[in-house]
Amino acid sequence: MSATGIGASVRRKEDQRFITGKGQYTDDINREGQTHAYFLRSPHAHANIKSIDTKAASHMPGVVAIFTGADTTAVGGLICGWMIHSKDGSPMKSGPHPVLAQGKVRYVGDHVAVVIAETLAQAKDAAEAIKVDYDVLPAVVVAAKAQDKGAALVHAEVPNNRVYDWHIGDKAATEAAFKAAKHVTKLDITNNRLVPNPMEPRAAIGDYDSGTDIQTLYTTSQNPHVARLVLSAFIGIAPEHKLRVIAPDVGGGFGAKIFIYAEETVCVWAAKKINRPVKWTADRTEEFLAIAHGRDHQTHAEMAVDGDGKITGLRVKTVANMGAYLSTFASSVPTYLYATLLSGQYNIPNIYAEVDAVFTNTAPVDAYRGAGRPEAAFVIERLVEVTARQLGMDPAAFRKKNFINKFPHQTPVIMMYDAGDFKASLNKAMEMADVKGFGKRKRDSARKGKLRGLGYSAYIEACGIAPSQAVGSLGAGVGLWESAEVRVNPVGTVEVLTGSHSHGQGHETTFAQLVSHRLGIPIDNVSIVHGDTDKVQFGMGTYGSRSGAVGMSAISKALDKVEAKAKKVAAHVLEAAEADIDFKDGKFTVKGTDKSVDFGTVALNAYIAHKFNPQELEPGLKEGSFYDPTNFTFPAGCHICEVEIDPETGVTTIAKWTAVDDFGNVINPMIVEGQVHGGVAQGIGQAMLEGTVYDKDGQLLTASYMDYTMPRADDLPSIQVGMTVTECPSNPLGIKGCGEAGAIAAPPAVINAITDAIGTEAITMPASPQVVWAAIQKQMKSAKAAE
Amino acid sequence: MPTVSITVNGHTVSADVDARTLLVQFLRENLRLTGTHVGCDTSQCGACVVHIDGKAVKSCTTLAVQCDGSVVTTIEGLAHNGQLHPMQEAFREHHGLQCGFCTPGMIMSAVDIVNRKGVPDEHTIREELEGNICRCTGYHNIVKAVEAGAKAMVA
Repeated sequence: MSATGIGASVRRKEDQRFITGKGQYTDDINREGQTHAYFLRSPHAHANIKSIDTKAASHMPGVVAIFTGADTTAVGGLICGWMIHSKDGSPMKSGPHPVLAQGKVRYVGDHVAVVIAETLAQAKDAAEAIKVDYDVLPAVVVAAKAQDKGAALVHAEVPNNRVYDWHIGDKAATEAAFKAAKHVTKLDITNNRLVPNPMEPRAAIGDYDSGTDIQTLYTTSQNPHVARLVLSAFIGIAPEHKLRVIAPDVGGGFGAKIFIYAEETVCVWAAKKINRPVKWTADRTEEFLAIAHGRDHQTHAEMAVDGDGKITGLRVKTVANMGAYLSTFASSVPTYLYATLLSGQYNIPNIYAEVDAVFTNTAPVDAYRGAGRPEAAFVIERLVEVTARQLGMDPAAFRKKNFINKFPHQTPVIMMYDAGDFKASLNKAMEMADVKGFGKRKRDSARKGKLRGLGYSAYIEACGIAPSQAVGSLGAGVGLWESAEVRVNPVGTVEVLTGSHSHGQGHETTFAQLVSHRLGIPIDNVSIVHGDTDKVQFGMGTYGSRSGAVGMSAISKALDKVEAKAKKVAAHVLEAAEADIDFKDGKFTVKGTDKSVDFGTVALNAYIAHKFNPQELEPGLKEGSFYDPTNFTFPAGCHICEVEIDPETGVTTIAKWTAVDDFGNVINPMIVEGQVHGGVAQGIGQAMLEGTVYDKDGQLLTASYMDYTMPRADDLPSIQVGMTVTECPSNPLGIKGCGEAGAIAAPPAVINAITDAIGTEAITMPASPQVVWAAIQKQMKSAKAAE
Repeated sequence: MPTVSITVNGHTVSADVDARTLLVQFLRENLRLTGTHVGCDTSQCGACVVHIDGKAVKSCTTLAVQCDGSVVTTIEGLAHNGQLHPMQEAFREHHGLQCGFCTPGMIMSAVDIVNRKGVPDEHTIREELEGNICRCTGYHNIVKAVEAGAKAMVA
């Protein structure tokens, strides 16, 4: 292994600009003659707009323009790119999703008007002077009540607020398994709604060049090419060759910056309309109100077990809250990203899952770190844990008894697991967590009047999104391949243009490591270019832990082509036959001789075209690739959480966190461990701290960091990270992906630990001190009553 | 419009500002020092932390006029003559950042912690970082970076 190649913990190349304050985030960019946009948002969860009077506002100082829904009827609505069909075969139902409200608002924060002014303060002042006459309607807020008779209708086109009722698996076989079961475990589960909260709020600058008729959008996007595609082909802003989307440094995404939002659409549209740049930056409360939220499932789940302690069946009924509109990928999250992972790490012969997706008068819900897979892992890992407890079996032994141990393994819910060793990660985690010593630690805690618990989470996820054929057949509107271009300059330095987008993942380092490894050149001679549709040919962006498995595979394929062509050039330089050229450690050698030439010399010669016959070889050294994976990848592992609880206050302290993950081959262990740390922190946040609260009228009560509990340094433990490796067989680098694992693994580990400590399963997330204390009190009361 | 005169990263700058101008707006828009970020507007996240007269302050809730006559250091002023501050170096060495958005405020707070506490232990670092939110790192490597940076600062 070289110091900068695959497997080395290379320090990040991008850090220099971030630690010196030289990062270039969207809000750091100003355009000449720029105006500022402020969105007037709905204060009501559900209301008809009787009238909007902008007259007084339009005469306020500095106001350049005010637009309402009446001005944007020609702008296409926002789309949802994944078609889901209901049980009866009918397509999912939804109403229009206008960029500015058309006569009706459907959640607090919905976009009513945009004020564009010389300064942001002037735009805000003018927005206050806009008079909107609302006819307030009853709102439906809770997903479980959305289909009730008499519930308010969010969209007239969607009866019962039901977007779809979808199912997967074999119902009859599963029913039979339950009939024959020796034991059935039942659980009701709320997977709490979360607000993704990347630290950089969303921002956008629309710009227009009337000389070339080109519109440019600077935006906080995880996938600028997809944004351009949607803005062009579906929303109709401009044809793609007249529309440039730039996503510069982006301060975290976690899924929420995948989607194409109203604000950025309005900015790029309005810039042409007023022929001046239009800049918008969300404040934090706007982000809480209008960024796509995550999770929000209500589930009833049951597990059937035979007399030998083998799982024989799983049935699941979930109601998923979509919010008020279908966001870009919303429909896929509680279906193909969720129920297809319900088999977990276990051999479960019969699975049947039903999902109702419903509209409510709340912010749209879409993918958030893990997207469907955390919800699935929570269902299966809670069921497995509770089942083991009810059977009086050790939870680790029960898991081992039911683990899948032969690969490939076809689950009853579409996925074909290609590789893994679940026992290896469980065993390693148990060793690192010193499970053997837990009994003593529990006794020590008891002596101090504290409760101690241990919780497992043996998760699996599907990443490397995605094989286009597979997702296309399931309703995806786009293929989910990735593209890359490798440009070798005459001096032997390399630029890689990638369709992946880095917003914290460290691609400028890991991608360069791959190139350094393959071409044998110093890592400083490689630069990674991303985030600009004018520079990079195309791309699907970064989400679903796909950039290593799919994005880097595309680079690897392009490097294969570069190497093949460079060999031809080397053959000319060395005056040998192409078949006799070997390439290793940055050197081309004639087999069986000491004749060799380095990569830089070959690169230079590729551009000195008069040295070789143009009939045989084109000048230049630049190759591209579009890589489409052959399967999903299946990162898996085992996390163990150990908690200590003060029963007097309900305060839960995480005493120890052990994460053992199998991500396949790892390019940069330092970066991968960092991804695990961050994912676990978000998972602990979901389990213990973060809760999104709407009141009964649909007002968001948790709309700032004073009300929504973000995990802080003193809420979290040190995280012990270990790895096991089974190579992923479905991509050339053997990578599975690591971005979401922690957020998927963590919530059930925490709740399994807390419930182990307090001796009752009846607990909801976030398990705040209040929730834990109340559960302990209730448990003590019922224990007393039983005496 | 009131006039303010502030010494920022060693240069004294004077300007007429709207009285409601926040220090962070003055830094970002008047001086184009965009390393100081706004993450929450409510003094919670700490992405906007700068030093005013040697103390860490959240610039999103400080008026520019309050800083008249003060000495302000931002993330851009921490390195000297191309030499990174030990705390900046420690964040890179220990992978204490991912997306980088919270990083300037985090580093400015970390330097302030060391100024006040010397080399703190893990528990103290975690408690002292309470006013800085990071969504990417889970703080694990930030804590390591602050400890290493502290040791390098006092060495």
